[in-house]
Amino acid sequence: MSSAENRTAASGGFWQDTGRRGIASWILSTDHKRIGLLYLYSVLGFFMVGVILGLLLRLELMAPGRTIVDAQTYNALFTVHGVVMIFLFIIPGIPASFGNMVMPIQIGARDVSFPRLNLFSWWLYAIGALIVLTSLFTGGGAPDTGWTFYVPFSARTGTNVSLAVFGVFVLGFSSILTGINFVTTIHRLRAEGMGWGRLPLFVWSLYATAWVQILATPIIAITLVMVIAERTLGIGLFDPGRGGDPIMFQHLFWIYSHPAVYIMVLPAMGVVSEIIPVFSRKPIFGYKMIAVSSVAIAAAGSLVWGHHMYTSGMSDTAVMVFSFLTFIVAIPSAIKVFNWVSTLYKGSISLEAPMLFALSFILLFSIGGLSGLILGAAATDIHVHDTHFVVGHFHYVMFGGAGFAFFAAAHYWLPKFYGRRYREKPAIVGWALMFVGFNILYFTMQVLGMQGMPRRYYDYLPEFANLNLVATVGSWILALGLIVMVVNLWRGLLRGEPFTGNPWGGATLEWSIPTPPPTENFEEEPVVTHAPYDFKGTGIP
Amino acid sequence: MSHPEPKDNVGAKLGMWLFLFTELLLFGGLFILYSVYLARYPHEFATAGRELNVIYGAANTVVLLTSSLFAAMAVTAVKRGERRATMALLAGTLCCAGIFLVIKYLEWSAKIHHGIFPGSAKLIAGPPGESVFFGLYYLTTGLHGIHVVIGAALLAWIGARVKSGALHAGDNVALENGTLYWHLVDLIWIFIFPLYYLIL
Repeated sequence: MSSAENRTAASGGFWQDTGRRGIASWILSTDHKRIGLLYLYSVLGFFMVGVILGLLLRLELMAPGRTIVDAQTYNALFTVHGVVMIFLFIIPGIPASFGNMVMPIQIGARDVSFPRLNLFSWWLYAIGALIVLTSLFTGGGAPDTGWTFYVPFSARTGTNVSLAVFGVFVLGFSSILTGINFVTTIHRLRAEGMGWGRLPLFVWSLYATAWVQILATPIIAITLVMVIAERTLGIGLFDPGRGGDPIMFQHLFWIYSHPAVYIMVLPAMGVVSEIIPVFSRKPIFGYKMIAVSSVAIAAAGSLVWGHHMYTSGMSDTAVMVFSFLTFIVAIPSAIKVFNWVSTLYKGSISLEAPMLFALSFILLFSIGGLSGLILGAAATDIHVHDTHFVVGHFHYVMFGGAGFAFFAAAHYWLPKFYGRRYREKPAIVGWALMFVGFNILYFTMQVLGMQGMPRRYYDYLPEFANLNLVATVGSWILALGLIVMVVNLWRGLLRGEPFTGNPWGGATLEWSIPTPPPTENFEEEPVVTHAPYDFKGTGIP
Repeated sequence: MSHPEPKDNVGAKLGMWLFLFTELLLFGGLFILYSVYLARYPHEFATAGRELNVIYGAANTVVLLTSSLFAAMAVTAVKRGERRATMALLAGTLCCAGIFLVIKYLEWSAKIHHGIFPGSAKLIAGPPGESVFFGLYYLTTGLHGIHVVIGAALLAWIGARVKSGALHAGDNVALENGTLYWHLVDLIWIFIFPLYYLIL
């Protein structure tokens, strides 16, 4: 990594040496931009790992029976794929990387409130990741419980669950510290004139996300502690033989892990809210509603965890209440979609790479959201629960949603930080391949689920063979698109054309400072005089 | 980084309060389990709760409240610039933390001596509700004990900074935050004590 950065460091700004040399100027830096890039490379690295595991899973499911691995390895593969993608890629994904890089600049600050804590949270992330990786190769072998660590299996399996769970505990701590840092920063360090009504929508979404990180993560922490206590001390809190109740584990687990879905997708919505107005050359439609709906999603989303548990045996009353609340979350999400579409209406739309990713977010997230309603309604959920329909659904929301927004953010903001840009045509080819491959892969999964193919099964009936083959081919197209995109970004940011000024005409503060940003962002504290999407009369080309 | 900006004490305290919320929620998970299992096994909880030693619990409550008083007085002292008094008061807090842990040790070892610990033959043979009660008891008080140790270490570090002069009347937000954390440790005990020792 360091050698790559040295090659680009020529371009000045925060890339210039700030006292330390080599790798130490990164892993000991408290500059939010450097920490953001550290996170970016870390999460991208784990994304690659997760993608390879996912491709192996699809390869195994390409044909019935054993294809490439045995059943135990398959269990470990889908567990580690889930753990890596959820805890190491998508939860820290946008907030800790692009949030760190962009948010302080967007509010006119020199850094976050607690720069050293910011670095510490990256270190915790690195340590947690190391612990999770260690758990794969030590003890009884890689965990085989699924990323949800459900008891009683997780309390009894001989695989190395305790260490993996401890790693996730440390990662949770890292996430909490980022949340605390962001809430404090957004409250305390806004520049003069940057009122709450002028906060860029990306910042609003990070603000809502940070609250979810603060309020939900402790619950998973204590739950994971209980799993470890169950395994090491036999404490019996989830063991029916000793008076415990395994359903309580599911409640505690989803009290965090459902809001965690919004940790993943809210910042993605923030990215889309930035890109849509800039590439439509039109102020955002319904600024207030988008801002408020972020907070509404965070609040309502904390009350719907039970929709993961319709078949768990909890009471029918609880099922109906959770089902009702789940439908309520759809409202603020839909508000956002309608506002984005209204922003596009009669806009001067320019279909460049960031915009294509942002637009596909809207489509894919809508498909994922609507299929979520099928799962949110208790009656239909019983039919498709634990089938590939669920797998298709959450990949539409997580990968089609948060993942595509992550790539949108990469194409939108990375040139600003590198001072060089990627080539447009390969970016569009990569996007098109990903978009096509994605839909072939995950839409097919949803159809398979409707037909009754269970998730997490190693083998399946012959009538599912054709569609499984189609899905696996889709995964190859998707992977090809990813390779094109990453190679193009990599080459462009290292050796591409210089990127200066404000070519897309953004009105948020990051476009008003030199490229790449100087170490302390602003020469003097800026005074904000216009709203973040006021393109008229603010001197923007 | 070399930020020339003045220290943002309000921000530092806001961050600390947010962190304290996360600590409350961490214990909240255990309190949720307590309430669910209490509703399910009211009689077993009552029987098991009577086995806990109220004297030990009450003594520890007094010790922790006293320690919090010392901590609060230390904040006043540092603001008045009384360095020696600050250090003495922090030492008082640390003493109380030590006494708390000793009493906890006596209490736990008495229980373990009587064959009451997670996975013990006595609990496995007894009614399931009692096993859950003691499982929660050990996990909650154990986690609280860890927080006592962390809080004491934090205050010891702060005391060292007061001694070296790095922390003084003009820059004392670390002491204020450290004592806030200590009050949290106290506060959580204020909930544990009645729930496990008194109301059952």
